[in-house]
Amino acid sequence: MTGTNPGITPAASGVAPGMHTAADAEFHAAETHTATGGLVKSVVALDRVVIRLAGDSGDGMQLTGNRFTSETAAFGNDLKTLPNFPAEIRAPTGTLPGVSSFQLHFADHGVMTPGDAPDVLVVMNPAALKANLMDLPGGGLLIADSDEFTPRNLAKVGYASNPLEDGSLEGWQLVSVPLTSMTTEALKDSGLGKKEAERSKNMFTLGLLSWMYHRPTEGTIRFLERQFRRKPLIAAANIAAFRAGYNYGDTTEAFAVSYEIKPAPMAPGRYRNISGNQALSLGLVAAGQLSGLPVFLGAYPITPASDILHELSKHKALGVRTFQAEDEIAGIGAALGASFGGALGITTTSGPGVALKAETIGLAVMTELPLVIVDVQRGGPSTGLPTKTEQSDLLQALYGRNGEAPVPVIAPRSPGDCFDAAVEAARIALTYRTPVILLSDGYLANGAEPWAVPAQADLPDLRPVFATEPNGEDGEFLPYLRDPETLARAWAVPGTAGLQHRIGGLEKADRTGNISYDADNHDFMVRTRQAKIDGIAASLPATEVDDPDGDARVAVIGWGSTYGPIGAACRRIRASGRSIAQVHLRHLNPLPADLGEILARYDRVVCPEMNLGQLAMVLRAKYLVDVHSHTQVRGLPFRAAELAAVLQDVIDGTPAGTTHETADRTDTTILDTPAPTGAAL
Amino acid sequence: MTAIEHTSPHVHDLGMPGNPISAAIAESVEASGEKNATLKAKDLKTDQEVRWCPGCGDYVILNAVQSFLPSLGIAREDMVIVSGIGCSSRFPYYMNTYGMHSIHGRAPAIATGLAASRPDLSVWVVTGDGDALSIGGNHLIHTLRRNVNLTILLFNNRIYGLTKGQYSPTSEVGKVTKSTPMGSIDAPFNPVSLALGADATFVGRAMDSDRKGLTDVLRQAAEHQGTSLVEIYQNCNIFNDGAFELLKDPTTGPMWTIPLVHGEPLVFGPGGASCVVRDDFGGLRIAETNQVDASQIVVHDAHREDPSYAFALSRLSSQDLRYSPMGVFRSVAKPTYDRMMTDQLEDAAAQSSATLDDLLAGNDSWTVSS
Ligand code: SF4
Repeated sequence: MTGTNPGITPAASGVAPGMHTAADAEFHAAETHTATGGLVKSVVALDRVVIRLAGDSGDGMQLTGNRFTSETAAFGNDLKTLPNFPAEIRAPTGTLPGVSSFQLHFADHGVMTPGDAPDVLVVMNPAALKANLMDLPGGGLLIADSDEFTPRNLAKVGYASNPLEDGSLEGWQLVSVPLTSMTTEALKDSGLGKKEAERSKNMFTLGLLSWMYHRPTEGTIRFLERQFRRKPLIAAANIAAFRAGYNYGDTTEAFAVSYEIKPAPMAPGRYRNISGNQALSLGLVAAGQLSGLPVFLGAYPITPASDILHELSKHKALGVRTFQAEDEIAGIGAALGASFGGALGITTTSGPGVALKAETIGLAVMTELPLVIVDVQRGGPSTGLPTKTEQSDLLQALYGRNGEAPVPVIAPRSPGDCFDAAVEAARIALTYRTPVILLSDGYLANGAEPWAVPAQADLPDLRPVFATEPNGEDGEFLPYLRDPETLARAWAVPGTAGLQHRIGGLEKADRTGNISYDADNHDFMVRTRQAKIDGIAASLPATEVDDPDGDARVAVIGWGSTYGPIGAACRRIRASGRSIAQVHLRHLNPLPADLGEILARYDRVVCPEMNLGQLAMVLRAKYLVDVHSHTQVRGLPFRAAELAAVLQDVIDGTPAGTTHETADRTDTTILDTPAPTGAAL
Repeated sequence: MTAIEHTSPHVHDLGMPGNPISAAIAESVEASGEKNATLKAKDLKTDQEVRWCPGCGDYVILNAVQSFLPSLGIAREDMVIVSGIGCSSRFPYYMNTYGMHSIHGRAPAIATGLAASRPDLSVWVVTGDGDALSIGGNHLIHTLRRNVNLTILLFNNRIYGLTKGQYSPTSEVGKVTKSTPMGSIDAPFNPVSLALGADATFVGRAMDSDRKGLTDVLRQAAEHQGTSLVEIYQNCNIFNDGAFELLKDPTTGPMWTIPLVHGEPLVFGPGGASCVVRDDFGGLRIAETNQVDASQIVVHDAHREDPSYAFALSRLSSQDLRYSPMGVFRSVAKPTYDRMMTDQLEDAAAQSSATLDDLLAGNDSWTVSS
């Protein structure tokens, strides 16, 4: 016996939520039965699950998702998350534009993406159902708050009849649960009004899911106590709703099955769950401590980068100064001013802000001062898609300035990697006295994963050497005298006696830094600034090529947040018996010294990007390699299955060219030009 | 098999020594040796050839600044001059201090970051009417409202000089320039009114050629804690020669100049014939001294908290410069941005002793043992 409601009981339908398609060789499920409170409940062991929570922007889905994620991380599963929310803070209640969702993929093994499609979809209203149902594969588990499926709410999104009752959801395992009324019932003695009590329905839902997936609950209770420590009534109500949801799962006949996903094997050490913006912020704080310099952040609020400003503003006790400027230009200006004074100047923004900061980045190139510019990329052009992800600022980062203004560009590959990328950005900025652009994106910023907590002792020493005495033959100070190895100029901070000097945006004379309009000097300085940036490549480790079979003829190359989807696609390719090599770039400028030679080894090089082929263009121009560019700009990460199909086509001999993905298909366009045979210069 | 064990959450916040400037910077500064705060004007000159047009008002301002600065008793390495773009913005190259000749309009923003992170420095901004009021207008007003510890010298020549003679945001309506052959149709800014509108804590005005008056205003500006704005009327003899002749001419000057001296009645003109009195609407107006009772004459109070008096003073003059008050309009004490920022850092550090490692571990970490 698994329940008394055969039509809707997951186990009775014979398809366990979390079951994957045949391509998923890893999947296996085992079932055990236990008796709880008179009911016979079964426990199904799964290796991984993808859950998506969807509701109105005001329903607290992001919070619910984050809490479930923390519970899951603490339990020891590996995980990746994908929050997806509208740009409007509160679009009209119950409408499609107001739908916010949160997807979480967790497993008993390492996972690389938040999952192509959910196994379980929780919808808090008809709009959430309408906006997400097409992503739920047939047979998937669908949990709906039946209280919200009122005629009014149905009409708002154009449902003529109630899909929970009209049989239209027969292809899925539907469980209708009156989440709202059960929450208010549970809170009837809480002292809260009905409307206020209803707001805790997300915690009721979280409780139910926590029961379904055997999540630890103490963390959430601690969190709620902390979050509402000044509002004990609200804290108590949320905790009561959370427990009621958990107990409901435990006792109801509607859910006869719960699921067990064992912890993933992880290297010994201390872990925490972390989002990209959090990791990036901590990396910047760490860079300050490692360099011994005060961190100065000048920033203007912009989605999806504002959370870095919020996070850094909390760390004043570690010497972090944050300045919310009047605009993007003042944000970077103040950061550069602070760098001139000996601080680690930082500015954080998104693509539109980088456009505004371009002139000041040029000034930083000219004055050769350290500066970190964080661009959390979003959909463009113009205001574009503020809350969606994209990689379309690469060429802006590389080239978006007047004059020859080379700037190192680096990109993190995962939320946790944002920490290391931030430390690396600071290393380059301080060592070479240059602005550095760090290209994160909306997916990394808001996505989360378990992160092995580093110890300060294991992090690099970033302390710079300031000039304290004259360096010229005649006892003068030459601010543009360079370190012969790094070509970094001497950095003397104001306050240093005898080293007074003037810098600025006009062309500098070599060594003295005085204004110079001399033709030969300008030619020399332009080439020197370029050589300094090119020379950074000498400090980079050899490029890692992931080719476990060792016989791959096709390489896939990516940068930034596509690491996860590309990696997951490569796993699929290898599981199908094919070989593929994966190269993922942290440094986009300068490119690693060995990259040209590596790319030349393969018959085909595929470059998937969430833009129209920006890195592919750079690689083609620089290495004369016929890169196959595969692109997609849907505001969401690549789906591993689709990417695997593209890679498989290339491996199996579909001619090289350019492909792109749209919402429901993948197109392949063959370039007119015949492909040169992978020669590199 | 992995074992999971929970680490108890950290309840304390984070900490660092509340040093306003970091140890690394302080060490570097100390390593450079003794500070010498006894300077002569020539100590502030550089080896760079001054490249303003002969006769430009900028020369006299540079001389005045170089002569007066030593009296402040600040070592030259502790002074930083940040400028934007324009003729006046070449100023830092001629001063043997630290300096940055930055980009158009952005000097106040750059100086804000420097002053906020290095409260130990004396930070100056040199800018012009186009630089400060056109392309950099936003930074100027926000710097003023924040009250960052900066001294801003706004050289107002009422023209674009470096780009060869277009009208500026302070040019008078009807001005014929290269870009306004039929006369400008832009209403000009009054920089003093603008600064007071942004609640600037110190606003003064001086004439390039008036060494004594200029030095007097500059000294008060430099001693002021917070943002000081000094508008300096500066003659561009190439593109706008004689713009301030009405005020400079020995006969007309005294008629149209209202000297502002704190605590003194606002009486001016040959023989003290004119004065400033209150009007019926809470503003100010010009009157003939012998037509009013002495008690009606306004006694200048630069320290009035309410900026509307200083604003009313700034509105006495029209775009043709008649009835121009010169001197300090307003000088009031308010906490500075950099001080408040430093205080917050110190408070945070006092409340917490957490280290970077504590921060990295966060509140919800767990340990995997093999
Ligand atoms: S153009 Fe005018 S303001 Fe510029 S240097 Fe020449 S005289 Fe002076």
